[in-house]
Amino acid sequence: MEKSCGPVWVIAEQIDCRILSVSFQLIGHGRKLAAALDTTVEAILLGHQMAEHPRQLFAAGGDRVYLGNDPELAVYQPEIYAEIIEKLAKEKQPEIILIGSTSMGRELAPLIAARLDTGLTAHCIDLVIDGNNVLESRIPAYGGLLSIICPDRRPQMATIAAGVFPNPEPDGNRTGDIIPIEVPKEIPQRIQTLKVVREEPEGMDLESATIVVAGGAGAGDPAGWRKIADLAQVLNAALGATRPTVDEGWAALETMIGQSGKMVSPELYIGVGLSGELQHMVGISGAKVMVAINNDAKSPVFEQVDYGIVDDCREFVPVFIEKIKAYREKLKTC
Amino acid sequence: MFKIVVCVKAVPDPKEACNIKIDPVTKTLMRCDVPMVLNPLDKYALEAALQFKEQFDAHISVLSMGPPEAGNIVKECLALGADQGFLLSDRAFAGADAFATAYTLAKGIEKIGPFDVVFCGMASSDGSTEWVGPEIATFLKIPVVTRITEIVEYNGQWWTVKAELENGYRLVRVQIPAVFTVTRALNTPRRLSFSGIIKARKKEITQWGIQQLGVSEASVGLKGSPSIVSTIATMDSRRKVEILEGKREEKAEQLVQRLANAGVL
Ligand SMILES: Cc1cc2nc3c(=O)[nH]c(=O)nc-3n(C[C@H](O)[C@H](O)[C@H](O)COP(=O)(O)OP(=O)(O)OC[C@H]3O[C@@H](n4cnc5c(N)ncnc54)[C@H](O)[C@@H]3O)c2cc1C
Ligand SMILES: Nc1ncnc2c1ncn2[C@@H]1O[C@H](COP(=O)(O)O)[C@@H](O)[C@H]1O
Repeated sequence: MEKSCGPVWVIAEQIDCRILSVSFQLIGHGRKLAAALDTTVEAILLGHQMAEHPRQLFAAGGDRVYLGNDPELAVYQPEIYAEIIEKLAKEKQPEIILIGSTSMGRELAPLIAARLDTGLTAHCIDLVIDGNNVLESRIPAYGGLLSIICPDRRPQMATIAAGVFPNPEPDGNRTGDIIPIEVPKEIPQRIQTLKVVREEPEGMDLESATIVVAGGAGAGDPAGWRKIADLAQVLNAALGATRPTVDEGWAALETMIGQSGKMVSPELYIGVGLSGELQHMVGISGAKVMVAINNDAKSPVFEQVDYGIVDDCREFVPVFIEKIKAYREKLKTC
Repeated sequence: MFKIVVCVKAVPDPKEACNIKIDPVTKTLMRCDVPMVLNPLDKYALEAALQFKEQFDAHISVLSMGPPEAGNIVKECLALGADQGFLLSDRAFAGADAFATAYTLAKGIEKIGPFDVVFCGMASSDGSTEWVGPEIATFLKIPVVTRITEIVEYNGQWWTVKAELENGYRLVRVQIPAVFTVTRALNTPRRLSFSGIIKARKKEITQWGIQQLGVSEASVGLKGSPSIVSTIATMDSRRKVEILEGKREEKAEQLVQRLANAGVL
């Protein structure tokens, strides 16, 4: 079969030998892009003791896996990873390279793009092939949606957060080629990851929570933020944040929801003291029921939710908490 | 002497940036005169340099690419304690994506002269790609560590730093010269002082365009950018809202009822 262009690549990421869900999601979406371009989907997987893992990537929709399986690759080593991928890309000429918007991906993607002299789009919320067979990366900005293209250079590169694309249904019957890749003999020594420390995250995990309470700048101060955190706790919800609250230091960067943060689709979302800026709202567009609490009736957030409370959140939230508690009590007694 | 370069960007004041909107009809940006300020994270990058200088002897150059108005934020950095300011400003630089920005800044850094460390912010508040630091490093052919939260050791040619990860950190050993992009966890930026402002009056800002940098027009700005905006669309995330009315207690009660009925409480 004559392919019309180079393959779609996904840089798969593993932590402690577990492939991240975003890698499968990108392969799943990569299949659609590949179908439009009449080409294949290939994954690059770097790690150690990963010999069995390519199967999962095939099941997700990959046609071929380039596997670097070596103790040197067990954890992310920027120079070695970038070197391997650069060399392979120069040889195989992929049309597209997709990378998860994780801590590793955010660093590795620009290293690869600059080495390959090509463009890269950050934090995309959709990827489509346009009428000229060019990849269109969509990002929210200034209350609208920008389409970014890289018309003249290849590969076309983009980073995408977990949760933007759905998990593909694994197909255990799919198989593909595994092509081993060598670790360069001359390993660059200028930078070494000595160790990776993971801590148990505080509070509830945003991605798996059924209720998400997100707080915004309207919290006003740490005491106001505390009230929003209390609401999350009473609801057994995960607490999310907007960017200004991260900037203020009330919330951790990991809890930021939106284009450059997490993408979540809970059953219930309650946005408290936030303005409904698109860069935040794209992160929760998959929520089933949405509520906003904001003291400005004209706030754009009220056009994007199902139920609106126009009130000072610092006053309203404690009352709301009491009502929730009363409701829960009543449920218990009857 | 130890030489540090800090890259700082002039951005629309994040507090007013929400006023920059796409005109749904003309599909162009309505800017509404939002003032330009120093990118918030770049204060932490500058602070890292200033704290280093307080312990060891060092010379700090501040570098920015932007319109002539960006000179103001370079001046601000001089008032905060940087030694020298450089502004890359030329009409040809306009419309640069992260790639062309990093290329131009790398050329600027080379022209400033030998250096030991480059500090950047983790992200700019308007572009927010996080690409510029790593791409500068690639063009300068030196290593980079992004999202640093702590400098554990900075003796001699090898530095050890902590870099933020999802729920944790990486401990990284890196040979300088290197680029570091910094997070808010690294330090607490100082405030402007009156004496700093007075001292800054004597410090110079050097301005360079494409000629002084020795770069071709095709390699910078919009022309040197691999990625371009192809279309601008408006986005529809509207839902039909029900605003709950009444006294505070009543609104809270109604909300609990609605959510209970929807089966999400
Ligand atoms: C490239 C880029 C990427 C970005 N990515 C993200 C992202 O991933 N996530 C993100 O969140 N942001 C992101 N942003 C920032 C985003 O554009 C907005 O600035 C941000 O989401 C606004 O946060 P906010 O709603 O908390 O603050 P504001 O917009 O300041 O809104 C505060 C709201 O609180 C209300 N309020 C004030 N006081 C009270 C009170 N007492 N009671 C009730 N309500 C009150 C006000 O009416 C106002 O509506 C990004 C920006 C850029 C440029
Ligand atoms: N035009 C610019 N001039 C100087 N530094 C910049 C410029 N653009 C980006 N940077 C630096 O790169 C960092 C990351 O920016 P970004 O890649 O846009 O998120 C910023 O915090 C700055 O330190």
